[in-house]
Amino acid sequence: MSYYFTIINTRDAPLFELEFGTSKAGGDGAARFSPEARAMNPFIVHSSLDIVDELRWGKDAMYLKRIDQFSSSHISTFLTPTSIRFMLLHLPHPPNLAPAFIPSPGSYPPFTPYTSNPLSSSTSSASSSSTFKSSTSGAGSIANNPASPQTEEAIRLFFWDVFEVWIKATMNPFQSMEKVLGSPVFKQRVLGAGRKYL
Amino acid sequence: MTSHAPLQKPITPFPGAPTPTFAPTSQKPTAQTSLRTPSNRKTIYDRNLNRTRTAELSRASFAYLFAEIVSYAQKRVTGIQDLEKRYIIPPSPIVYLLPTLNDTLRTRLSNLGHPLGLRLLPLLLHRTSPSPLSSSSPLPTRPTRIIPLLNFIARPLWTHLFGRPADAIEHSASAASDNEYMITDNEPLVNQYISVPREMSQLNCAAFVAGVVEGVCCGCGMGAGVSAHWVGGEEDGGGGGKGREGEMWPGKTVFLIRFEEGVVEREKGGGG
Repeated sequence: MSYYFTIINTRDAPLFELEFGTSKAGGDGAARFSPEARAMNPFIVHSSLDIVDELRWGKDAMYLKRIDQFSSSHISTFLTPTSIRFMLLHLPHPPNLAPAFIPSPGSYPPFTPYTSNPLSSSTSSASSSSTFKSSTSGAGSIANNPASPQTEEAIRLFFWDVFEVWIKATMNPFQSMEKVLGSPVFKQRVLGAGRKYL
Repeated sequence: MTSHAPLQKPITPFPGAPTPTFAPTSQKPTAQTSLRTPSNRKTIYDRNLNRTRTAELSRASFAYLFAEIVSYAQKRVTGIQDLEKRYIIPPSPIVYLLPTLNDTLRTRLSNLGHPLGLRLLPLLLHRTSPSPLSSSSPLPTRPTRIIPLLNFIARPLWTHLFGRPADAIEHSASAASDNEYMITDNEPLVNQYISVPREMSQLNCAAFVAGVVEGVCCGCGMGAGVSAHWVGGEEDGGGGGKGREGEMWPGKTVFLIRFEEGVVEREKGGGG
């Protein structure tokens, strides 16, 4: 899977962005978004902020799980108590292209921007999850299936690690809650959490 | 063209000077070199968030620091008036505006506490939530309703700041002020070593704590204005009952929390 992680402040401005790939099942930790997908990712994440706003008073959990889907990209969200949002977009690779078997940078997972809309996601995700399940390796790691409980669990642990690092960053009196997180150590820590769990 | 030659000359005054050695070092100002870490190579990210036992501050140093904060704020202030609030950038998308009336001591103290509350909220919730590593543990939560929020303020927050919970939480009895809640502290730690002069007797330096509470409320997305008031009852000769309480707890302070209209409406609407 390829991941696009971003932290969004209370006024919908991104504070931190990071792209990375899976490190499980032989993945090399590099993101494999096609150029179009890379350009679309911020828009997809931004569009699901409305759903976060709808959910935030109904649930009191910080981890809101998988909240949105656009085409084959899935969005998971963690809402900090101060309404800063951690958004993780995860794009599974197609079954026949496990990350280890993508040799050239020219071959990307297919990106179909405008074919399926989120309202009809229930049927499409059901069909796609069945194909993913048949193809997952038996490594016991995260299945290449964004809807599976293992993925949900892994993302929960990832978010919790990021939450901890984020608290440490914002405890700094010189770091505003609403300003860009530019610390290279912060980035390393987030990458480390991604390598550990995703 | 000939005039250019003398102009160019001063740029390279030392032809044999160590310019080549300078060039390569300037070419790689990487993140490694620009990042300054302490000598023991430990950044703030290496510290443990849960180490609280040894992190307690002595009361003497706190009292000294707080007295200095008050006098610092007082030096740059023109008057003391009730209920002013400098406009604070709203942490929630719901814009709340309480107009700028006066830049007062109380406002300054409150504004100093505000960022503290914003930071304490996630920190304390992180500390109190169960370890996430066991999947059976419940998901960590955040306050979304008024009562859990006030409980959070009166217990974990107060205990963290002052070593004991707050003394009472009350809801305004009248329907007109439905959005008002009160947290009572019989003997605020911040006021223990502050003696307010008689001509400034309406000033309560617990405005700083009110700012912390306000930061917590606003951080949750429940915009509120919080102010600290004496209940001692020497000046406001209101009820006789208040006077009796004042004898027992001369420093008794009430933190009046006024939530915005939208917050109360959402509460009544069942949180949807």
